[in-house]
Amino acid sequence: MTDTLNALVLFANFVFVPGLAYGSQLALGALGVTLIYAVLRFSNFAHGDLMAFGAMGTILFTWVLQGAGITAGPLPTALLALPVGILGAVILSLIFDRTVYRFYRAQRAPPVVFVIASVGVMFMINGIVRLVIGVGDIRFADGGRFIIRAREFREMTGLAEGLALRSTQLITVVVALVVMVALFYFLNRSRMGKAMRAYSDNEDLALLSGINPDRVVLYTWIIAAALATIAGTLYGLDKSFKPFTYFQLLLPIFAAAIVGGIGNPFGAIAGGYLIAFSEVTVTYLYRKFFTYLIPGWEPEGLLQLLSTEYKFAVSFVILVVVLLIRPTGLFRGKTI
Amino acid sequence: MSAPYLIGEGMTGGYGAADILHSCTLSVEKGEIAVIVGPNGAGKSTAMKAVFGMLPLREGEVRLGNEVINSLTPQERVRAGMGFVPQTGNVFTSLTVRENLEMGAFIREDDFSETMDLVFELFPILAEKAAQPAGELSGGQRQQVAVGRALMTKPSVLMLDEPTAGVSPIVMDELFDKILEVAATGIAILMVEQNAKQALNIADKGFVMVQGRNRFTDTGEALLADPEVRRSFLGG
Repeated sequence: MTDTLNALVLFANFVFVPGLAYGSQLALGALGVTLIYAVLRFSNFAHGDLMAFGAMGTILFTWVLQGAGITAGPLPTALLALPVGILGAVILSLIFDRTVYRFYRAQRAPPVVFVIASVGVMFMINGIVRLVIGVGDIRFADGGRFIIRAREFREMTGLAEGLALRSTQLITVVVALVVMVALFYFLNRSRMGKAMRAYSDNEDLALLSGINPDRVVLYTWIIAAALATIAGTLYGLDKSFKPFTYFQLLLPIFAAAIVGGIGNPFGAIAGGYLIAFSEVTVTYLYRKFFTYLIPGWEPEGLLQLLSTEYKFAVSFVILVVVLLIRPTGLFRGKTI
Repeated sequence: MSAPYLIGEGMTGGYGAADILHSCTLSVEKGEIAVIVGPNGAGKSTAMKAVFGMLPLREGEVRLGNEVINSLTPQERVRAGMGFVPQTGNVFTSLTVRENLEMGAFIREDDFSETMDLVFELFPILAEKAAQPAGELSGGQRQQVAVGRALMTKPSVLMLDEPTAGVSPIVMDELFDKILEVAATGIAILMVEQNAKQALNIADKGFVMVQGRNRFTDTGEALLADPEVRRSFLGG
């Protein structure tokens, strides 16, 4: 009995809790990608670097706040700086929309042109971020580090294994939940949200109904940039901020959006958690877990299905399999 | 008699260098139903699109209540009181029936719940299915959503492009009954129809078009009685 509990706690500590936090970050990123796809009808490759840019703005303002002696007590100061980061990302998105995407919209360019343009935007944002804040690793989480420490948990329960819950993990999950609920409320209840869904569903009929496409595009960028900043900041808080990792996040984020059904917000969330849990479960070392579960069995290897260096292969394989078997994704995609 | 409420007079134009419409005239009065019939490719839909501002005109003018509206975009014509139901893609499939109607009323700043009640009264099935996505409804019900959506702006003219395309004869009769009811509220209705005989039956006025030109123009009754029209266009 105790062994089973130990195995479960071990699993929760190294797979479930990190997977949940990582999944929330991917889900928020995928929501932004899916929203852009649904309304502007292209895959925005610059989304990963937009996350980095938003997180950078948040970090810079966090430093300003810390310099002025303002902190959020037990919470990370970055949460206070988040609105400034969002504002920065929104302004950047709108500048790129004005200078790049609007030109192609007026020409009614095919989606592939937008995708390639977004790759260009990606490199530009990438360059800006590296110039401003550098390429190194930055840790900007402050406040309380842990909600439950592994040692406290062991003392509390008397188990051999500890379950640690870092405050950034809990914050990630709570913030993601709040943002998702707010987004769905906006899309399903507000006039503008419904207009966005209508525009995504049937552009011609939306125009005929007097929906202003410029406003729809404006709101889409504002929401996508806010989602990107929140996702980027949460990821940076949970792990660390390094511009290159945000570029790498593009693959799992797109995999999440496509697996769930691109253009479908529910799908983006489901896909985010699916990809995250797949990555974590496939790269986890099961040796100790099975030692607890099957007494008397001492496995020789580490019982790891795939080394962590290959974690990106997981998203890639899932992506390919879904595209082969169910190209529209788990939830039918295309419209929001 | 005064000038008709809505008239597209001597419309000539096309999408490119070649004209599709040649001095084509369409008109309708408030509370009347005017039907455009004719063989495939006669330019029926094109003529209606021209009235709605979706086709550039080289000659002729469109007047709504005696005002020339040639320079208005389709969106501006919606604001001026024209409702348009396209033949395809005329509902938001992923939005619920109620949301479809709300989007129809998007340009209205005032409280439109009264208009929505009127639409639900006219199409009781929509009230029943208000919370269902429009894409899950049958063809006939979808057409009712489409007409209901267009009615949400309280238009003075309703233009329908083949409202009965692809529905069964029974549903077609139902739809025509509804269209008669809409006209009875004082709205001018201009529609394109494939089912010429049935449509002319309910029409106050009929336009038979051939190759972008008016061929016959008369009351629905007179056109149905005209042996030449019967032989050439109504299958005997």
